[in-house]
Amino acid sequence: MGTTLSTLLMIAWLLPLLGFFVEMVFGRRGDRKTTKWPAWMAVGCIATGFICSFSALMLWGNHTEWAVLESHEAHAEHGEHHDSDDAPEDHHNNHGHDDHKAHGDEKDHAANGDGTAGWQLTALDDGEAAADTHGEAEGEQHDSPQLVYHGNIYTLATFGDLVVSLDYYIDSLTLVMFTMVTLIATCIHLFAIGYMSDELTDEYVDHFAHTSDGKHVHRQGRFYRFFAFLSLFCFSMLGLVLAGNIFQVFVFWELVGICSFLLIGFYTERKSASNAANKAFIMNRVGDFGFLIGLMVVWTWFGTFQFNELFETIPRDAAGVVVTNDYGEVEVTAHNGDHKQIPYSLLVVAGLGVFAGCIGKSAQFPLQTWLPDAMEGPTPVSALVHSATMVAAGVYLTGRFYPMFVPEVLLVIAYIGAITLFVAATIAVVATDIKKVLAYSTISQLGYMMLGLGVFGWAAGLFHLITHAFFKSLMFLCSGSVIHGCHHEQEMTKMGGLRKKMPITAYTMLVGVIAIAGLSVPGVIAFSGYHSKDAIVATALAFIQANPAHFLLFLLPLLTAGITAFYMFRLWFFTFAGDPRDQHVYDHAHESPWIMTVPLLILTPFAAFCAAGGEGGNLFLLLIGSEPVHVADGVPAAAEGGLILPSHHAVHAVHGTAGTWALVAAIAGTLLAYVLYGTKTVNLDEMKRQMAVPHRFLTEKWYFDELYDALFMQPMHQVAAFMAWVDRTIIDNILHGAASLTVLVSKWDRFFDEKFIDGLVNLVGRWTFAAGSSLKVVQTGRLRNYVTFIVLGVVVLFGVLFVTFPN
Amino acid sequence: MEPSLSGFLMIGAVLFVCGVVCMATKRNAIGVLMGVELVLNGANVNLVAFSEYTHLGIDGQIYSLFIIVLAAAEAAVALAIALNFYNNHLTIDVDRANKLKG
Repeated sequence: MGTTLSTLLMIAWLLPLLGFFVEMVFGRRGDRKTTKWPAWMAVGCIATGFICSFSALMLWGNHTEWAVLESHEAHAEHGEHHDSDDAPEDHHNNHGHDDHKAHGDEKDHAANGDGTAGWQLTALDDGEAAADTHGEAEGEQHDSPQLVYHGNIYTLATFGDLVVSLDYYIDSLTLVMFTMVTLIATCIHLFAIGYMSDELTDEYVDHFAHTSDGKHVHRQGRFYRFFAFLSLFCFSMLGLVLAGNIFQVFVFWELVGICSFLLIGFYTERKSASNAANKAFIMNRVGDFGFLIGLMVVWTWFGTFQFNELFETIPRDAAGVVVTNDYGEVEVTAHNGDHKQIPYSLLVVAGLGVFAGCIGKSAQFPLQTWLPDAMEGPTPVSALVHSATMVAAGVYLTGRFYPMFVPEVLLVIAYIGAITLFVAATIAVVATDIKKVLAYSTISQLGYMMLGLGVFGWAAGLFHLITHAFFKSLMFLCSGSVIHGCHHEQEMTKMGGLRKKMPITAYTMLVGVIAIAGLSVPGVIAFSGYHSKDAIVATALAFIQANPAHFLLFLLPLLTAGITAFYMFRLWFFTFAGDPRDQHVYDHAHESPWIMTVPLLILTPFAAFCAAGGEGGNLFLLLIGSEPVHVADGVPAAAEGGLILPSHHAVHAVHGTAGTWALVAAIAGTLLAYVLYGTKTVNLDEMKRQMAVPHRFLTEKWYFDELYDALFMQPMHQVAAFMAWVDRTIIDNILHGAASLTVLVSKWDRFFDEKFIDGLVNLVGRWTFAAGSSLKVVQTGRLRNYVTFIVLGVVVLFGVLFVTFPN
Repeated sequence: MEPSLSGFLMIGAVLFVCGVVCMATKRNAIGVLMGVELVLNGANVNLVAFSEYTHLGIDGQIYSLFIIVLAAAEAAVALAIALNFYNNHLTIDVDRANKLKG
């Protein structure tokens, strides 16, 4: 079974890579003006991937006889399956009891200073809840078929104990993610065929990029390259989802990063686009630095990167709480058999480190500023980045690595999420670029997911990830359709009344807007966003009931639910309703071709109904079937600090309340948007003038860019200027001094060379010459002279001989 | 009077000096060649005399034979040079043949 599943998913994973290579190598073949085969190849790869992923999901479901759905359906209906002897009302009563208990336990815990003891008390008093959770965990391991499959694909290298390998880890989360990513990516690929068709030319004129002499940039079309990058992007994301160890995740994490860099900077001739690509990449590096620290801690203390080994290593008691010994250390038996005491703080460091990576990737506060700038990429890229890949990777990893996050880390995650969702939503209220609104909305929704994960709503957070992926990709494609139809006009202030011109886009967008706003008619019809946001808000409410000090974690998302509805309907009214604001844009607007509207129509039902049934629906049950950690009611989860994590029962108890509040907020936001932008009763300009200060604060994005500029860029520039000064005055002068000294020495050297060495050599030459000249007179050339010389010479020799040797 | 070594040496010396003077004074190339012959033969007289009067033995005579052959060869070469010189310069005045001066 595991082999079949992994084979199917590996096909889905590797096909886009194949597509990438073929498109990249052979993409130039054929007539650049008409050839669309790279696009269809990319679509084919990812669509086959979708079929494989979906078959894998079905196979997995059939193999487990959909045990996940059934057991949790029962659970969702207040646990009838497990506690068939308890009536639902009893559970509610129990629940109130539990909440009181929780506070008691907190005190107990504080008094004892020992989490384990606190749990034991609870377990004795309230064995029911604990046993329920326990039974569930046991049941998954023994009674029902195997739900999690993990194994090795290929071992890349072994360095001592460190094994670098390609593994797979398949549970329902992996399968759902695969299906979601491939389905959405297929739609986006199809859409991009239409959207990018103006690249099908030898002479593409980029109206947003200028050469130095003020003309538009002319370049060759890059149609095939766009699809090659899209394929690589899908490959990276699927590899990240399939990964069976945290190191492999890191590798694909970086691949996703580089793909986003390539695609955000696709219009590389535009200064703004290349800046945005750099910004995205560099901001992610900041987060990845934390990720690396987390990896180091994990490797040093656990000696393995494998998810399954890591998750089994952390000791938990029956209530799902991390066990610590008397010294506040966590005792683990590492995979290689070493028994270690890991300081609790190191678990916090590891968790925060890995989460820092997720902050960067998922554009959470304080690293959120790259994402709005990433709108410089073509709109299909924005759709892909914002729904299925890249930003989803951060949330996915937070969910995948969940068992390693101790409660303190979860609290940080929750607060980061809460801050992010509120800040981003407020900025979205004043943004006028249609894509920027959606970008801030994405940040905000990612904040919701992180918040959901942080307040121990594992399934709620990931539920929202899936639903959000569908409606956000839908809305981005709609905005792409609008931009395409309005000839690359992105300012909403120039749109209006477009629903008459582009009805399909307008009404599919409306579905997405309703879905994200969380509107519903309770009991009759509810779109996906309603269910997933409710799940998060309910978990948050349960969390703050157990931990009243953290009330902001509920208030902010509730408030933001209203803001979300407001800005999303503002966008819709601005763009599609009312009268045209710019007649020129309106006159030239047109509905997009079928290749762009079909993906919208495919995505619409998913955006609306993928979460049908809410927390009793199939999607949620599938996800919660893989929930890695369960807690019992009212147990202090943290060894220090006494945080209490909400159990499923606690969440169910408050679900109705939270849902009502969220719905009220959403309706209020919608009505406000209708009054302000749907009717003409309010003078918007006048209002803008009255609210000038907060308006400016929000349009300047809370001055985050300026803050970072002042905090990091300016000091950096100062240091750089100082270093430049040091360079120019001190270093350069030393160099100049050395240079002139060298010149001086050389001059003297030259003088010495010319006068003395050369003079000596010349003197020898002159002497030789003079000797030759003086001797040459003897060479008269006259034979008689020579004979005379010989005779004289002989006579002289004889004379000498006789004088020297008289005898 | 029994001829003595000194007599022969005297004759050789006279011949030698005659030859050298001839070489040093004659401007005619043929004259110079004659002088050379005189010098060589002066030397031959000496060698033969030494072979007779000293322990030099047959060696001196063999030397002189060699010198006679050498002189013949030399005379042939020198005459050829003189002939060529004449062909080129229409004279055999050795004072005119000073192209080799340094």
